[in-house]
Amino acid sequence: MTNYSQPLEFSALNKWIDTTLNEYLPGFWAVFIELVLVGIALLAAYAIIAMILIYVERKITAFFQARIGPNRVGKYGIFQSVADVIKILLKEIIPLNRRDKFLFYTAPFFMIAASMMTFGAIPFGKNMQAVDFNIGIFYVIAVSSLGIIGVLLAGWSSNNKYSMIGAMRSGAQFVSYELSAGFALMTMVILSGTMQFSQIIETQSTCWNIFNGHISSLIAFVIYLISGHAETNRGPFDLPEAESELTAGYHTEYSGLSFGFFYLAEYLNMFIIASIAATVFLGGWMPFQVSGWDGFNQVMWYIPSYVWFFGKVGFLIFLSLWIRWSFPRLRIDQLLNLEWKYLLPINLVNILIMVGLVLSGLTLTDLFK
Amino acid sequence: MRSFSQYIKGLLIGVQSLLGGLSVTWKELWTKKITRQYPENRDTLFVSDRFRAELVMPHDENNEHACTACGICQMNCPNGTIQVISKISETEDGKKKKELDRYVYDLGMCTFCNLCVISCPSNAIKFTNNFENATFTRAKLVQQLNKEGSKLRAKKPVTTTKEE
Repeated sequence: MTNYSQPLEFSALNKWIDTTLNEYLPGFWAVFIELVLVGIALLAAYAIIAMILIYVERKITAFFQARIGPNRVGKYGIFQSVADVIKILLKEIIPLNRRDKFLFYTAPFFMIAASMMTFGAIPFGKNMQAVDFNIGIFYVIAVSSLGIIGVLLAGWSSNNKYSMIGAMRSGAQFVSYELSAGFALMTMVILSGTMQFSQIIETQSTCWNIFNGHISSLIAFVIYLISGHAETNRGPFDLPEAESELTAGYHTEYSGLSFGFFYLAEYLNMFIIASIAATVFLGGWMPFQVSGWDGFNQVMWYIPSYVWFFGKVGFLIFLSLWIRWSFPRLRIDQLLNLEWKYLLPINLVNILIMVGLVLSGLTLTDLFK
Repeated sequence: MRSFSQYIKGLLIGVQSLLGGLSVTWKELWTKKITRQYPENRDTLFVSDRFRAELVMPHDENNEHACTACGICQMNCPNGTIQVISKISETEDGKKKKELDRYVYDLGMCTFCNLCVISCPSNAIKFTNNFENATFTRAKLVQQLNKEGSKLRAKKPVTTTKEE
């Protein structure tokens, strides 16, 4: 890969922090401080992204319904989510009678820990990934599935039949759709030949995976978006929360900060699904490049990698919101029908097609070598 | 084979209808927003004429109203919102005449049922759509509707019937 000038990257800053720390401190403490810094940066990003997402969602939702949306707190209501956060921090955590106390207070932490651990493996930009495992995709699938334990515990420990029904529905939904999401990602692993996020992005430098595997990639992309959307319990798949039947599903009995954790994790899961889709299908932080057009590529590289990443993620989140406000809620049998009768068989056939494409050299990069 | 072709057909019809739904919401995203932002749009605010917000007694340019102090509105009011206080005065030829002294209306008690306006025999009162009636004390909601120094409008002389 030719070297393009990248004026706005964080690489220099990272390197500077690393060298200065190593200069003044013994190796162990330098690493320790770096870990703490990365942790703080991730936690801050976690909270800030959630707040931005809440604001953006309320605004876009309003536009879909011909309303203006939040517009009183600050210009265009940009401080609305700050006000919401202050409110939720000040609220009382109401103790319930005869709930399972330990599990009741642990459940939100399962949710938040699962999405936080996934968050660490996401490449936000060039040199902006906390952990880069060689089995990155496998790790993400495994860790993000932990969240469902939090949902089930919340439903069980609340001692409330609505919470329990909501949690059971969520469990059934999550287990079903996790399968499709996993298979869709597996299709792309076949195409890129690696599970490591940094290498997946590297292979997409001149041709994003969604173009590279054309038919098969497109099908996998759609399936991943549908099943990822279903995993976040939103949109037409929000029957674990179904207001009209279950009040609020598994988090009915939560209030104050512990409800805030569920709320935060829900929005962050949406972000995580979108960012995995962006990384695996749309080239992650890699700018749009065409091999051979050096001038064009240089212009694309002037846009910093994190802007590319957040732009792609924002596009996918918009798609998710669009679907959310277009379709009515599915019944539980329709939901399971969609997964087991449509998505899963199509997915399995799709994997075979992808294997055929890769083995017979019909991917775009192979065709135009 | 037949069931397989139906499976594919059902799938395609499903995708087509979903895309149709998405296109509807896409158009809706770009439509004009219908939210009206109240305190800012006070100049262009439109409130329907039929909206009942406040009872008034219209006075003409001579400071005359049409209320004969008959008290029918007071009797018809379901929750005692209206109090018609009348006084007896004497005309030049020694006749005693009932006259309106004070017409007291308590906005805080009113349910805006419109029974007083319907039952008024001389169309002396009506509801307006001026809805900005918030005050800091309840006492300010009690209003006197007839203006200071106003009097009953004289009846028009009935002349038209003779000529016909």
